[in-house]
Amino acid sequence: MSFRQPRFPAMPPRAAEEAARVVVVGAGLVGLTAALDLARRGVPVVVVDDDDTVSVGSRAICFAKRTLEIYGRLGLGARFLEKGVTWKVGRVFHRDRETYSFDLLPEEGHEYPAFVNLQQYYAEAWLVEACTETGLVDLRWRHAVTGIENGAQAVRLAVETPFGAYALHADWVLACDGARSFLRRALGLRFEGQVFQDRFLIADVRMQADFPAERWFWFDPPFHPGQSVLLHKQPDDLWRIDFQLGWDADPEAEKDPARVSARIAAMLGPGRPFELEWVSIYTFRCRRMERFRHGRTIFLGDAAHQVSPFGARGGNGGVQDADNLCWKLAAVLSGEAPESLLDSYDAERIPAADENILHSTRATDFITPKNEAARAYRDAVLELAARYAFARPFVNSGRLSRPYLGYGEPAPDAPILRQGRPDWLLRHIGADGGFTLLARGEAAETGIRTLIIGRDIEDHSGLIAERYRLAEGEAVLIRPDQHICARLPARERDAILSARARVLGR
Amino acid sequence: MISDPDAFYAALMDAHRGLSPEESRRLDAKLVLILADRIGDLPTLLEAIAMARAAGSGPVADRLAKEAPRA
Repeated sequence: MSFRQPRFPAMPPRAAEEAARVVVVGAGLVGLTAALDLARRGVPVVVVDDDDTVSVGSRAICFAKRTLEIYGRLGLGARFLEKGVTWKVGRVFHRDRETYSFDLLPEEGHEYPAFVNLQQYYAEAWLVEACTETGLVDLRWRHAVTGIENGAQAVRLAVETPFGAYALHADWVLACDGARSFLRRALGLRFEGQVFQDRFLIADVRMQADFPAERWFWFDPPFHPGQSVLLHKQPDDLWRIDFQLGWDADPEAEKDPARVSARIAAMLGPGRPFELEWVSIYTFRCRRMERFRHGRTIFLGDAAHQVSPFGARGGNGGVQDADNLCWKLAAVLSGEAPESLLDSYDAERIPAADENILHSTRATDFITPKNEAARAYRDAVLELAARYAFARPFVNSGRLSRPYLGYGEPAPDAPILRQGRPDWLLRHIGADGGFTLLARGEAAETGIRTLIIGRDIEDHSGLIAERYRLAEGEAVLIRPDQHICARLPARERDAILSARARVLGR
Repeated sequence: MISDPDAFYAALMDAHRGLSPEESRRLDAKLVLILADRIGDLPTLLEAIAMARAAGSGPVADRLAKEAPRA
């Protein structure tokens, strides 16, 4: 079974001038996630994209637990679990030997695992489907934004289509147009950071192989001397292989299928037939915009920040941007919160981007030593790690994406019983779009969705007690993006309401 | 203070015998990592790095000597 690349029809403009409350520019992973999140909150969204299909190639591939929880909240979690490849073991090889392996040891009692591998095109295709089903997302393929006037009261976008041009006036624009963001360049906004002098070849390879569902990383292997290689399993008998090529590699020559096939054959050994499905060459930077919010235009994902691929922090970081922004924008649109709440998106997601950049820069520096000393230390670490456990934490083949904790802990999941049936706690937090109060003992009547342990849900495993440590009469207030924002007495109505007002920026 | 500095120094020299410059560099790097693990205290390790950078001569050492602690 394999994926069939959809081609979505382009529609002609409805009028020379149109208006929308929210326009998402870019129907990639992050733009579609934002559109679905807003639609789930009842906000109609126009999405414009210059292309007419989903991601070509597997691209983001590793979906981290927090991202899966977000897709759970958006109603797509089960599809990721069912189709994706769940993995938790990573192996590190140096030259011709296995140096060590690690187990992410995901804690039991969570609906979602540490990581699921899935081609980005599946995620995008499901998001398109789900967006369409809401009836609130107007997806416009081959509608390319060619100009922007970022006004104080509204944004005017110039849009070109195969049928002619039109102007789209938006109250709010979410710029999800990727690392080469047109909107960022059109607004003349700076995007600076470190360029890494290296090139990578990534390939999706179809083959029958009984390799386990593990992440395999090679430093300096005999089949690709002096460089690194990463192997991941995906659904549909598809394998993702990333070869480091070095800065001197000729990107055009390296894309030649015969040359790529020779590299893969050297890696797999004789007698293993395979088929190349997708090949791409890339270099990368670690950089971000100074600010993500520019008045009524707000940048998300790769348009706002870029990281190296080591650690799976690009796609996951972008989805977590959407998770952070959409409930705030919905609250502003409904009048529940002032516009200033949107500044908290910058305050919360810029440090998160910095954390991702820091980790991915350090991983890149380890993987690609920049001088003789760095190479000596890296090889020293790898030689020690094969023999002594103390050296293993120094090995950095990518520090895998974890949620950023700077604006509160994401509410931990736990198995529960609801009306006697097995269920998951997180399914009941934020699913209705609002705040949630999770309480032990009697709680005040606040109008906030309240879950009382022992009454509404049963903590039969004791894991809510362990993970939330609520005293009798205590509650946690949880934001619509499933982040814990306050811990307070469950019966103090005024304290609860003012905590929520504070979080909403009132 | 090591009880027999000469013996330690000799052992260190012996360890490098017969190694290429590249192998020597890697050996030293492994030693640094092992010793760092034994020390296990980040401020002490950062102080050691500063001391190493400050000692000796040359523009970098001269500049850093002003800031580095004296043992």
